[in-house]
Amino acid sequence: MGKKYEIEYKDYRDLPLSPIAKGTTLVFKTGGWRTMRPIIDLEKCKKCGICWKYCPDVSILIVDDYPKVDLEYCKGCGICANECPFDAIVMVEEESQ
Amino acid sequence: MKMVLSGNASAAYGSMLARAEVISAYPITPQTKIVEKIADLIASGEFKTEFVKVESEHSAMAAAISASLVGARTFTATSSQGLMLMHEVLHWASASRTPIVMVNINRAVAPPWSVWADQTDSIAQRDTGWMQFYCESCQEVLDTMLLLYKVAEDKDVMMPAMLSEDAFLLSHTSEIVDIPEQEEVDDFLGKFEPEMILDVENPMSFGSLSMPHQYYYEFRYKMAEAMEVAREKILEVEKEFEKRFGRSYGGLLDLYRCDDAEIVLVAAGSMSSTIRVAVDEMRDKGVNIGLARLRVFRPFPVDEFRKLAKNARIVAVLDRSFCFGYEGAFFTEVKSALYDMDVRPLVKGYVLGIGGRDVTLDVIHEVIEDCQKTKETKDEPFKWIGLKGGEE
Repeated sequence: MGKKYEIEYKDYRDLPLSPIAKGTTLVFKTGGWRTMRPIIDLEKCKKCGICWKYCPDVSILIVDDYPKVDLEYCKGCGICANECPFDAIVMVEEESQ
Repeated sequence: MKMVLSGNASAAYGSMLARAEVISAYPITPQTKIVEKIADLIASGEFKTEFVKVESEHSAMAAAISASLVGARTFTATSSQGLMLMHEVLHWASASRTPIVMVNINRAVAPPWSVWADQTDSIAQRDTGWMQFYCESCQEVLDTMLLLYKVAEDKDVMMPAMLSEDAFLLSHTSEIVDIPEQEEVDDFLGKFEPEMILDVENPMSFGSLSMPHQYYYEFRYKMAEAMEVAREKILEVEKEFEKRFGRSYGGLLDLYRCDDAEIVLVAAGSMSSTIRVAVDEMRDKGVNIGLARLRVFRPFPVDEFRKLAKNARIVAVLDRSFCFGYEGAFFTEVKSALYDMDVRPLVKGYVLGIGGRDVTLDVIHEVIEDCQKTKETKDEPFKWIGLKGGEE
């Protein structure tokens, strides 16, 4: 979570009622959790949209009719690769930095 | 209007009178007829509410939290195994500060399978941050539900509340219940208007992360503070309820013939009614005895117990549950409340009624007789009453 979303409180009395973040979950970029990266083979892709439908984190975007992985949020769970009926998605290990 | 209602139906009518806007519940055993009655009231057109049937009690509570976070007055009901499954989400409800009201029917936890009265299910939720009330009559169930919404939704409280009824002895027993006029209830309760809600126009994420150096600790302190505020609000709201509706139930600790009592029996739930009869019988024989009905378990009535203990010589605590490796929970808590008094009464514990074992008048008299034998039983702080093979 970016610093710009943090508010510093000096006194517990000033805290809101419960822990909140000002913003939707778009604020939390979870791509850094990923150890496996989905790679889509657009030659094999039939644009059926099953990967888009199954992604539990809304991280498959449809760009020019084709699926594209949103790497800022994709946690690399592999559900898209498992569900693709045309084996168009493979999971490859992320390389260490 | 007066109607003959069971404890289950009283809870259903309570949710309708409070105008609960969202009700989420799992409909299968150990669920009781509470949600069945609610479904009837919806089908007949009397009750306009969003009734969400979910796939488990865990989901029921999750749905209730979400509904409460968008600003809906929310209700759910469960029992024993269902409450156990909710346990994790009960913490989410309190720490998200959602003033959900839930009725739990006190049923024994398996195995062996049992659906009969036993308070282990709710006692096991002691530390979840929920207010806990134990009721004695169907009228008290309905009235307490209205009181709970008012207390829970108070802006300085904003904590969820659980109302417990002993299985069958209260849940399935019918009594005449006075149902207040809807307009009077509306006027008493007002609308639920939380300060912070989930709102697409002003997006916020609830239940976000807090690092150890940040505010987790402070959020817990605020919950502790809110429970202390609730302690006062319960008394305040009960006074207002009494003024409007003419009924009240003794605040956190309901005292019966305790003014000059040397012996005080402490109990929660349906067995309190039996104890009242036993107290009357003993009073007729000249024994100065009374009942302190533990109506509210959280927040715990510490001051009330200390005041009571100033005059009492013997306090007998009756537990319809047991904490393995120690003793009954009420027994522990009553002793803890009295510990730093200069002069304190002898406190004795009795385990009884577990798994729905009948707590009859004879059982209560056995407790009363035993608790007076202070000398012989000094080395035995608590006892299982009526254990097969337990007595010679």
